[in-house]
Amino acid sequence: MSATEVIARLDPQRWLLRPAALSLAATLIFGAPLEALGLRLPEPVFPLVLAFSWAVIRPSVLAPFLLLALGLFQDLLTGGPPGLWPLALLTAYALTVSARRALSGQSGLTLFAAYAATVIVALGVATLALWAAEGEGPGLVDLLWQGLATLVLFVFAVRLIGAYEDADVRFR
Amino acid sequence: MSLRDGPFNDLRPSRGWLAAGALILAGVVALGLLFTHHRGGDAPPSALQTRFDSVVGPVEEVISAPAHWLRLGAGAVGDYVLAGSQNARLKRELLKARSDEDQLAALRMENAQLRALLGLRTDPPLPMVSARTVVDARGPFSHTRLADAGAVQGVGEGNPVLSDHGLVGRVVGVGPQMSRILLLTDPASRVPVIVAGAQARSLLIGDGASAPRLDYSHGPAPIQAGERVYTSGDGGVIPRGLPVGVTVKALGGWRVALDSDAAPIDFVRILLFHDFSQVAAGPTGPDPIAPSVLPSLKTAPPAPPASGAPPGAPPGGTGPANPSGPRP
Repeated sequence: MSATEVIARLDPQRWLLRPAALSLAATLIFGAPLEALGLRLPEPVFPLVLAFSWAVIRPSVLAPFLLLALGLFQDLLTGGPPGLWPLALLTAYALTVSARRALSGQSGLTLFAAYAATVIVALGVATLALWAAEGEGPGLVDLLWQGLATLVLFVFAVRLIGAYEDADVRFR
Repeated sequence: MSLRDGPFNDLRPSRGWLAAGALILAGVVALGLLFTHHRGGDAPPSALQTRFDSVVGPVEEVISAPAHWLRLGAGAVGDYVLAGSQNARLKRELLKARSDEDQLAALRMENAQLRALLGLRTDPPLPMVSARTVVDARGPFSHTRLADAGAVQGVGEGNPVLSDHGLVGRVVGVGPQMSRILLLTDPASRVPVIVAGAQARSLLIGDGASAPRLDYSHGPAPIQAGERVYTSGDGGVIPRGLPVGVTVKALGGWRVALDSDAAPIDFVRILLFHDFSQVAAGPTGPDPIAPSVLPSLKTAPPAPPASGAPPGAPPGGTGPANPSGPRP
């Protein structure tokens, strides 16, 4: 790998800003009233992919603030209590960052288990935040659907981690 | 000598510590946002949310357009394929409607007569605007929609929102061209209702489930399954009598299967209801029922008093006229 290529892979625009923009676009598209065969499509949490992937790739100063912005965008788009998704995403990010040494270089199955745990933790924190804000919990069926739909997005997390994990040797 | 070359060089925080600091700072901001904001109740909607809706609404309108076209196209194809069975069903419904029509006309006339006798006044028809929904929050944590009608069209906070089938929710945020609708299923939704059969007043509480739960019920008779539920008008936020759904027995109490779930909520009607002074002010236009049954009477000009008759006596001399009462 050439030096220019390595430098390009360290560029925050490539591993942070571009995926954030894609996540934002996907959230907007899935915010439209989508129905198939009379069933409403589930609403996956796209920024959770980034919260997991960014934490596994390497710690960053910019990532928490981007997650804060993406979470707030999700809250405003869905009309939910502001702060719910930022808190859930940042908790997921913090937990994954603290376990990144163990996760670095692991096989796909281990990574998937860690990703699933991240999704469960994030949805759990969001549930607690909703209780705190509204005094009511979320619908369990909807919660299950959202969790499953978000788990499917693991394929994007693997691609992002594979592309940028070994770019910075200081964090290997 | 610059600081970079000096002894403070060793005091630079590591990249990991900086990242941790950024994480803590972002977490504090998130917690602050969560605990300083309330929605759904009497609290005013945040200016940020209103501004966001105004910006994102038109973008989502473009994004959701293909989905609307697709649904319209699918509906047209379905209508074409099912034309035969639909035709047969419509013929049956038309026959039934024709037989009901005469009965309805008689009931309307009787109703108007009784109303006139009792001096009752009907609620005036409320103005409304139609809108298309462009954002649909389907997740478990919030059930809201964004509709493409706002303050310019006269929409205000608290306005009830209906679909073709029943109550959908109420407006909780208004921009110039967009309004945010809090659905009945949202965890922040509370709507006072009345169960028709049991005459029980109750509170319809959204909890994220597709059928919101009935709570704080009190009435003369116990609630039964399948009873119609309407808005009660208590609290003055939503007018009384809007159809909500039917009661269903569920684990842990009664819930309401919403009428609005009968079809996709593409288009909605927003009632421009602000408070009961609109109703108390009396009819602003013609009565929606009476004119078709009881058209206003045109009386002949008073005849000149006949010789011997008392002044003011009606022509024909059959007794005093009742200007407000119906005539056969």
